[in-house]
Amino acid sequence: MSASESQTQGVRAESAPGPGPQKPRFHIRDLSLYYGRTQALKGVTLDVRNREITALIGPSGCGKSSFLRALNRMNDLIPDARKEGQVLLDGDDIYAVGTDVVELRRRVGMVFQRPNPFPMSVFDNVAYGPRLHGVRGRSRLEEIVEESLRDAALWDEVKEKLHKSAMELSGGQQQRLCIARVLAVGSEVLLLDEPCSALDPISTFKIEELLIELKAEYTVVIVTHNMYQASRVSDRTGFFLGGELIEFGETQQVFERPRDERTDGYVRGRFG
Amino acid sequence: MNLSRQAKEKVAFALLGACTLVVLTPVLLMVVLIAVRGAAAANWGFISRMPENYMRAGGIMPAIVGSLLLVGGTILLALPLGVLGAVYLTEYAGRGRMVGLVRLAIVNLAGVPSVVYGLFGLALFVLLFHFGTSLAAGCCTLALLVLPLVITASEEALRAVPDELRQGSLALGASRWQTTRRVVLPNALPGILTGAILAVGRAAGETAPILFTAAAFYVPHLPKSVFDPVMALPYHLYIIATQVPNAPPQIQWGAAWVLLALVLAVNLVAIVIRYRIRRARRW
Repeated sequence: MSASESQTQGVRAESAPGPGPQKPRFHIRDLSLYYGRTQALKGVTLDVRNREITALIGPSGCGKSSFLRALNRMNDLIPDARKEGQVLLDGDDIYAVGTDVVELRRRVGMVFQRPNPFPMSVFDNVAYGPRLHGVRGRSRLEEIVEESLRDAALWDEVKEKLHKSAMELSGGQQQRLCIARVLAVGSEVLLLDEPCSALDPISTFKIEELLIELKAEYTVVIVTHNMYQASRVSDRTGFFLGGELIEFGETQQVFERPRDERTDGYVRGRFG
Repeated sequence: MNLSRQAKEKVAFALLGACTLVVLTPVLLMVVLIAVRGAAAANWGFISRMPENYMRAGGIMPAIVGSLLLVGGTILLALPLGVLGAVYLTEYAGRGRMVGLVRLAIVNLAGVPSVVYGLFGLALFVLLFHFGTSLAAGCCTLALLVLPLVITASEEALRAVPDELRQGSLALGASRWQTTRRVVLPNALPGILTGAILAVGRAAGETAPILFTAAAFYVPHLPKSVFDPVMALPYHLYIIATQVPNAPPQIQWGAAWVLLALVLAVNLVAIVIRYRIRRARRW
């Protein structure tokens, strides 16, 4: 917690805090997840490292999205979801009693499958988070909005229409706006849930480029059903099947020399 | 029947058009009839003067003012209550058995005859709370009557806000209330206004609920406090149509036209506001 407490409450700091490069950020230990009687995750153990992109792949319904949503406790919103095991962020159990979920979600930002900008102006979309967390001054907000949009590689495209509705942007721009929105609250970890599945190839390419830039400062976890995307952008890849983490390792190894034959089958496109 | 597809299409089109016409005709007939007959009586004096000669002449000003006050007070009470209730039901309550019961109660409340509301208002507000026959008692009773309307419309409006927006907001570290206030409610506003429009129409037109709680046969002055009785257009209309011998028909038509025009005008304003908000926010 110490790293985040030292920065200004609820807004992006000058440089991304957190442990040094490639140190584990998330320790997930034996995580199981249930929705009512169905078990969505079966004893998943893995580490997510700082300043790396971790990709989670697998066929639909394999539990990869559920896993992602366990990392910022978005599963809390689903009635009768239940979990076993531990999720540690920088050593702290995020499911411990007394955890500030709101603060957790600020630190661990999420971008969804379908771009979901708020029906307000581009500026207000990015300023939404900082305003929630108490930033008021116009000039400070303008600063945060510009920085966040620059970091999301969107500034040049929208600087002329900051006060136009975000709904007028293209799908790809909307998705980058959603990323900017997360960066604006000073998130240290970015969770992306199939962020490109609703986008055209060029927009997808732009997002992938952006993610590679962002990993210099952020921890990125991306769920994708697109194996090529995983192999293009990620440092480490986890393959999920039926709620289990079948294989986890360096991306090149997972794709070129998978240890498990099911991984082999999936990455060669034999099923899924 | 060996009609070509185009022919079938034409028949279907004609049938649907006929249905629309059937629905539209009575409404148009009624409005036109009342407008034509009423407009002759409804001059400025009619709107702005006190009744004279036991309501057989003069104007209907106190009834107009009374109705406006009743409707205004009703909305003031029912809108916040109803919207907050709907927010609770959609955003907070989840899907327990208790919530199901509450919903059932609301639906049933909408089906209760208005005269029952009137009697209930009489027992609760007029007698038990000692409001007397008054504007306050009438507003409270009418508020109860329109509450199910407001809640149902607001609930639908809130539910229509895409869940992705809620999740986006929560994922940015917003609390549930912040999400509701800053994202959900603004986007549900047009739908909530629709509920308010329905409520206004209902509150303005009802006679039975105010019969025992608020309406006076004849008050020669405007209410001085919320605990004074008021005249109201629907009740006034009922009285001059049935209780006052030899009331000239043109003032009956006139009163009917004023009531109709009032409701239409309020609705029009609300529709314009709603249209503006909708245009500003699209998803």
